[in-house]
Amino acid sequence: MGAGMLMLTEQNFDEEIKGSDVPVLVDFWAEWCGPCKMIAPVLDEIAKDHPGKLRIAKLNIDEQLELSRRFDVMSIPTLILFKDGEAQLRIIGAKGKGQLLQELRPFLA
Amino acid sequence: MTNEVRDVVIVGSGPAGLTAAIYTARANLHPLVIEGAPSSTSDQPGGQLMLTTDVENYPGFVDGILGPDLMGRFRFQAERFGAEFLTTKADRVDLSERPFRVWAPDPSTGLETEFRAHALIVSTGARSLMLGLESERRLIGYGVSTCATCDGFFFRGQSIAVVGGGDSAMEEAIFLTKFAESVVVIHRRKELRASKIMQDRAFKNPKIRFLWDTVVTDVIGDSKVEGIRLRNVMTDEETDLPVTGLFVAIGHAPNTDLFAGQLDMDETGYILTGDGTRTNVEGVFACGDAQDHVYRQAITAAGSGCMAAIDAERWLEARDEAPPDLRETTTEW
Repeated sequence: MGAGMLMLTEQNFDEEIKGSDVPVLVDFWAEWCGPCKMIAPVLDEIAKDHPGKLRIAKLNIDEQLELSRRFDVMSIPTLILFKDGEAQLRIIGAKGKGQLLQELRPFLA
Repeated sequence: MTNEVRDVVIVGSGPAGLTAAIYTARANLHPLVIEGAPSSTSDQPGGQLMLTTDVENYPGFVDGILGPDLMGRFRFQAERFGAEFLTTKADRVDLSERPFRVWAPDPSTGLETEFRAHALIVSTGARSLMLGLESERRLIGYGVSTCATCDGFFFRGQSIAVVGGGDSAMEEAIFLTKFAESVVVIHRRKELRASKIMQDRAFKNPKIRFLWDTVVTDVIGDSKVEGIRLRNVMTDEETDLPVTGLFVAIGHAPNTDLFAGQLDMDETGYILTGDGTRTNVEGVFACGDAQDHVYRQAITAAGSGCMAAIDAERWLEARDEAPPDLRETTTEW
């Protein structure tokens, strides 16, 4: 996980999501989830390739069960893209970079 | 990288592909491993073991080892000897002439890229089968899961169902009892095909009960799983079972679509091999679950990966030693 990565908690969630000028892609993950580990570096790359266009935020479901429930997350990895404070896109399950970019493209303009 | 013809390209990175990578790397054949792309099914780098927990029967690991850790070790070992990895999924091959050609999207640009190889090792493995119901597809991630180790956590204190009667089904059912209040195993026959030790563990587990001679005909729920519809195959009686989660472990199919029409396969898609790991195309070798529907173990996959590496190495050597007029026409212009 890159330094300076935004970690979401009950305390900062609304502020970070609502207050962001750019879309935030929230990665619901856990330490014990293999596919989550596999997409973490892919997400880092996507963020790096689109500076100023997209923010990646991590949400550890072990520690933030309430937030997972609030968004009905029942499978990880789940990625939810928030734009203007609203959930706009949900991606369930690990995917390769090409597939992720295809789904994210409309929000990266 | 695109113009260079590699000695060996390996497609797939489970125990078979990674063992082939270790052996061919140690033989200085500089293998390129097209390892697959991330997914939440078993069709991913590292293969089926990436979705398992404890592997208790891999020799040498007295206390067992986690599936993903074991595959991590295989991969490090292959890297140590110089194997190169590309995290992408091969989507087209041409085996009609040598060097063979494999295409895959470049992992960083997404652009379709061609790779060429004198010898090709196919180790694409197998994937878990789903039931094939529309409702099942719609509710993946909303109670229908392809990964018990990923999603078991969300079913704490709930009633869930596992479909299947093999070792994978038993492993999932037992694992899920860590979280779930109760686990119903639904099996279409009267007896399990799981190994004795797994059967014993499942039968002894007080949270697991069995429904025999039963198939799932529908998953009930609009936005999340609320239950499943069952049919008893002996009586044709239909019943609804309220569960919030459904885990499907009904068997496997080989990931060999990529080679259809080019490699000989049996009627279910398993690649046919003979004289070791040779396929019908000279210079193409197949190993692991892509060609084995009988044993399907990490250790047998690794063993056949080793065989494919040795077969490929000897084949490359024999080809180099052949007199020039017997060698294939070179296409390296």
